[in-house]
Amino acid sequence: MATSTPTTDLPQAMIETVIPASDWVIVLPIALALMGAAGLMMFRRSNGIPLIGAVIVVLAIIACEIALLLEVLANGPVSMTMGRWLPPFGISLTADIFGASFALAAALVTLIVLFYAELDRADADGRDAFHPMVLLLLAGVTGAFLTGDLFNLYVWFEVMLIASFGLIVQGNRPLQLDGAVKYGFLNFLATTFFLMSLGLLYGLLGTLNMADIMRVAATANPAAMAGVAALLLLAFGMKAAAFPVNAWLPASYHTPPAAISALFAGLLTKVGAYAMLRALVVVLPASRDMLEPVLACIAIGTLLIAPLGAIAETNLRRAIGFVVIGGIGAVIAGLSMPSLNGVAGSGLYIFHAILTMTALYMVAGLVEKATGQTDTRQMGGLYAANAPLSILFILLVLASAGVPPFLGFCPKLLLLEAGLDQGVTSTAPTWLGTAMVLALLINAVLTLIAGTRLWAHVFWRSGPEGQGAEHGSMELTTFTKRGNLALGATTVLVVGIVVAGLWPGPLMEGISAGAADIVDPARYVEATGLAGDEL
Amino acid sequence: MEYILAVLVGLFIAIGTYLLLSRSVIRMLIGLTIFSNGVLLLIFTAGRLTQEVAPIVPEGLEVPEGTIANPLPQALILTAIVIGFSMFAFLLVLAFRAYQSLDADNTDTMRLAEPDNAPNPPLSY
Repeated sequence: MATSTPTTDLPQAMIETVIPASDWVIVLPIALALMGAAGLMMFRRSNGIPLIGAVIVVLAIIACEIALLLEVLANGPVSMTMGRWLPPFGISLTADIFGASFALAAALVTLIVLFYAELDRADADGRDAFHPMVLLLLAGVTGAFLTGDLFNLYVWFEVMLIASFGLIVQGNRPLQLDGAVKYGFLNFLATTFFLMSLGLLYGLLGTLNMADIMRVAATANPAAMAGVAALLLLAFGMKAAAFPVNAWLPASYHTPPAAISALFAGLLTKVGAYAMLRALVVVLPASRDMLEPVLACIAIGTLLIAPLGAIAETNLRRAIGFVVIGGIGAVIAGLSMPSLNGVAGSGLYIFHAILTMTALYMVAGLVEKATGQTDTRQMGGLYAANAPLSILFILLVLASAGVPPFLGFCPKLLLLEAGLDQGVTSTAPTWLGTAMVLALLINAVLTLIAGTRLWAHVFWRSGPEGQGAEHGSMELTTFTKRGNLALGATTVLVVGIVVAGLWPGPLMEGISAGAADIVDPARYVEATGLAGDEL
Repeated sequence: MEYILAVLVGLFIAIGTYLLLSRSVIRMLIGLTIFSNGVLLLIFTAGRLTQEVAPIVPEGLEVPEGTIANPLPQALILTAIVIGFSMFAFLLVLAFRAYQSLDADNTDTMRLAEPDNAPNPPLSY
């Protein structure tokens, strides 16, 4: 571990010993992604090399993250501090079970999206630097999941943001420019709010290391800290697209090519939700208690409004955007009741949403490719032409609504238990837990209605609106080799989701162990080497 | 000194917010820049202002003598300036491209991604 105490008369702030090689697994995923992005930039004009290179880099990242996750599961949180300065002076990367498993899920969906992205690409498309930018996005996401320092988290948010700016305008259609303006302005404003709260936090506490903030937060004025926490909630709420500040997501996520939408849906909002979990539940728990009614209102609002938007929407990918927002509501519901079950439910929901929301957008992209339309009113009868696609879609609808044998059921079950425990095991009022349980159940029903309506319109009815079976089924594009590769990649992801849903045991155990570290971060603080120090 | 800077931060953020509420994309961009500069000034002020010496440790010593200026906010601000500038550059180009292909600087007329008269959802099923 990188935190041994110096033996000589050197100042206490320096690391004396050599950092063990095993600690490098925590920084390698980020370093590999950044170097891979820089390296592939040089090869962007050549055919094939960017894809092969990106796949090799992502496989190496996955190997590192599996090693990291095993290490974290066996020995508790791992921390590595940069530049020989011990925390709180040096910047720490600290991984616990939540961070490591989300980073692994992010790398896995990135690998699948890399193959899926071939759907929309032609041989001459190398110049647009798609693969380097995907690796840069993965670097930002992984960094945000693994960092142990709030300012460092801000930097990873910006890395992620600039990579997503580059991706969202790929294709350069007017529709995308319109979406990118809204996405760009509102997300940049959100990170500026984050920066503002960091400035105030630094002014109050004099530190930005998460473990160090946990130690000293109690010494500051609680009202001022609650103000900082509220600003953090606003900033992360905007990034996560929670209810009152969610307008940018349905305005922009349907504009880029489907592969990029899928990557965004799986990674970006989940990082916002994870940062909210980390900052409010772990780092500033006292301020979170003050904000609990606000969190509960945001969660209930997001859970109820989002699926209604999905029901009212006719554009396929815009409708799925509302389903993504509804999932964020479930995560925030767990944050508003941070018992062991609530936090485990939030964590498992983030894990599930990274996989399921990516897969939903991937299937939607295939549907749009097959029909040549983006509006569900112009679609119909796809079941007869492409039955596998319709099965993938309905499986994902059931998974995202949380119908029992699928992956979305387990986190919702944990959240419902947490809601029913409110007032029994915690001090929070019972009615709040009851309201949350009702909101979660209504959300599940509404999501199911929205999803099955989409399925019925796109796949089940005989033809597009206004045309019956007498007009024959609509003209469909048959998939080329690239299309079949994309269909195969989607199938692999959906099979993974179904298998994880049928045997959720290991996943539940791992996430529950991670939730214990979130509820009581003593082991996390110990890993950074800050435990036991007197103030 | 802190009070003057605090008022200045408030002024920056007020102006930035006012401009961000505009419909013109260019004004929003200028507003965003002023807003983020206000935030940078806030970090600078939060690091406490001193009229002391530069944070350089004299030769032969391991800790500086007496009070020194706080170097950390400057490092934070420098990072944030670099990031903010690259974001500004991107958004400026984006605004220009949007002006070129959508022929609009007015956000009210940028309705491609979210059509103005959205159709009613289908009533079947």
